[in-house]
Amino acid sequence: MTDLTLGRAAGPSLKQRRQRAAFWFLAPMLIALFCVAAWPLLRTIWFSMTDASLSSMYEAEWIGFDNYLSVRTLSSGRVVFRGTLVDPHWWNAVWNTVRFALISVGFETAFGLIVALVMNAEFKGRGLVRAAILIPWAIPTIVSAKMWGWMLNDQFGIINDILLGVGLIDQKIAWTASVDTAMTAVLIVDIWKTTPFMALLILAGLQMVPRDIYEAARLDGVHPVKVFFRITLPLIKPALMVAVIFRMLDALRIFDLVYVLTPNSAATKTMSVISRENMIDFDKFAYGAAQSTLLFAIIAVFVSLYIWLGRVDLSGDSQR
Amino acid sequence: MKIRMVKSGLSICALCVAAGMSPAGAEELFYVSGAVGNALENFRETVKPWEEATGHTVTLVPMPASSSDQFAQYRLWLAAGTTDVDLYQTDVIWAPQLADHFVDLSDAAKDLIPQHFPSVIESQTVDGKLVALPLFTDAPALYYRADLLEKYGKEVPATWEELTLTAQEIQDAERAEGAADLWGYVWQGNAYEGLTCNALEWIKSAGGGQIVEADGTISVNNDAAAQALEMAAGWIGTISPEGVLAYQEEEARGVWQTGNAVFMRNWPYAFNLSNGDDSAVKGKFDVAPLPSGGDGSAATLGGWNVAVSKYSTKQEAAISLALYLSGPEGQKSTTLKNSNLPTITALYDDPDIAEQVPFVPRWKEVFEQAVPRPSAATKGKYNEVSAKFWSAVHETLSGTGSAAENLELLELDLSDIQGSGW
Repeated sequence: MTDLTLGRAAGPSLKQRRQRAAFWFLAPMLIALFCVAAWPLLRTIWFSMTDASLSSMYEAEWIGFDNYLSVRTLSSGRVVFRGTLVDPHWWNAVWNTVRFALISVGFETAFGLIVALVMNAEFKGRGLVRAAILIPWAIPTIVSAKMWGWMLNDQFGIINDILLGVGLIDQKIAWTASVDTAMTAVLIVDIWKTTPFMALLILAGLQMVPRDIYEAARLDGVHPVKVFFRITLPLIKPALMVAVIFRMLDALRIFDLVYVLTPNSAATKTMSVISRENMIDFDKFAYGAAQSTLLFAIIAVFVSLYIWLGRVDLSGDSQR
Repeated sequence: MKIRMVKSGLSICALCVAAGMSPAGAEELFYVSGAVGNALENFRETVKPWEEATGHTVTLVPMPASSSDQFAQYRLWLAAGTTDVDLYQTDVIWAPQLADHFVDLSDAAKDLIPQHFPSVIESQTVDGKLVALPLFTDAPALYYRADLLEKYGKEVPATWEELTLTAQEIQDAERAEGAADLWGYVWQGNAYEGLTCNALEWIKSAGGGQIVEADGTISVNNDAAAQALEMAAGWIGTISPEGVLAYQEEEARGVWQTGNAVFMRNWPYAFNLSNGDDSAVKGKFDVAPLPSGGDGSAATLGGWNVAVSKYSTKQEAAISLALYLSGPEGQKSTTLKNSNLPTITALYDDPDIAEQVPFVPRWKEVFEQAVPRPSAATKGKYNEVSAKFWSAVHETLSGTGSAAENLELLELDLSDIQGSGW
């Protein structure tokens, strides 16, 4: 008691004390975050500027930016550039990843919205449908990738069998093997898997929309399409934007699906796949670390651009 | 993680048992290996006599069938110095890359070494250190449907051209008779180590060298090699399904064993499996050396070895298991069960083997002419060289650029990797 009165008189103000208490409550989380997120990230950036390899990680020497870009003049006078930034395989992977992210997130958002609208409607057995629709998301990616791998198999796959049976194709398609269809195969599986996740996030947004607005619109005789574009869409936009960011972050670092479904295919190799390949398979740990760092930078740029362009309100200030 | 849990569970059981009656110092070993076919069950039977004799136990930790995937995982475990795994089953090409992490077995195995083929022992010796002991050697064969060749009065193809023609003819005729799913030739075209093996055979048999020669010169960019690759690219969609570009050993065996292929290139392990009761080709096929491309038949030297991790805390028991598996008893058992090729010379004259897996004695010749992959010449950079090679081949096969263009680029890539030396 006395402590409290004294404090009011001379010690730190209530606000300051609350901040201090908040800091101590947050400290364990901050330490945990530092250990699992910041430290590995900083270490990767450090490794990317050394000549580390898996077998000699602790004897690594500092070589500056050579893993990113180095200029060397040969004895013949020819100038050659080396490093990730001039590596065509890297840029192919960047292109694959960006293409994959844009297409998959686009489809997932559209399908997710449709599914969410359906799940938001009142009908019998809605609870069951909501649970059932989440199944693809609940299956571990490795399992679903392997499962789809067999379904897409050219000789004994069920997809080819069905398409042949209904006469849509006249010969078996090598989905995962052919360079023309490999990316499509990856996209199909990813869209199948992640649409439920998008639907769930959008559904949460839909349920926030007050019912009375719809009632008012119905009384005024507004056309349902107009209701969707003038009422529903603007009101769920914040939720939609956040959902798209989540998916974008995920899609830009895609690894498992590609690694299992179409390993080593240049048509689908993504940034994560190529960086792992360099780190582990080729024993060029530092080079792979440089690619991981670039991947981090690319994702950071993408997200900042998105937040800036879309004016996404991540802090939730406007709702207060 | 899982290993650790299983392990601690086992150690508790072992403690209870040890307190009672088991022989003093019984250890539980962990052996990691890729698993194809029936390898898991067969391993249990093979090690049973050893377990009974020593009182130790061994658990097989199965890994994916792709050797590239296994290698990545092993490299991670070894770089982290894990004590969870005591023995590794290693591919013949890995010795130079992983040598630092394994125990030198040359003293422990000094009585066993002279019984093996010297070339295999040599492939596992790095700077005088015997990194791993051979379990079996591997050289691929051409599996052919004897019944179909007989039906159409064809000889077993001796050259790739003959194979192409025969495969096409039988495929067309059989399809006309209603076998719509039949293909002429299946092999391993996925972009992985297996494609390096396949393509090395086409190129070497056509006189195009072996990618990087023993003295370190990059020889892959030449006309014979380009022609060999163009020939293989011509198979896609004609005698081989387009999906062969995603096939590894097991996918090819799947098509073959369901009776949907006239020819298959595969390793000896497929022999017993194809003769199993559930196989559609049981008793209808035979094996022959791979066709020649004008410069003799070439079969990539494969094979698996057992290495003892230097981070293992139970090295004594682990070495004893390695010696058993690599010794006459262990090798005979795996030969009979897995139809592998032994590396102990005397086993080729063993009556049981001659009776139960009759093709093994015939294989000695093929094996003696086998072509090694350039792992010794390229040392620690072999994986990257192989990946660049299989990518160039895969691109050629899937129609991205001609063989000549891709080989030219490959030569440039390889000399970049080579840098100042292998």
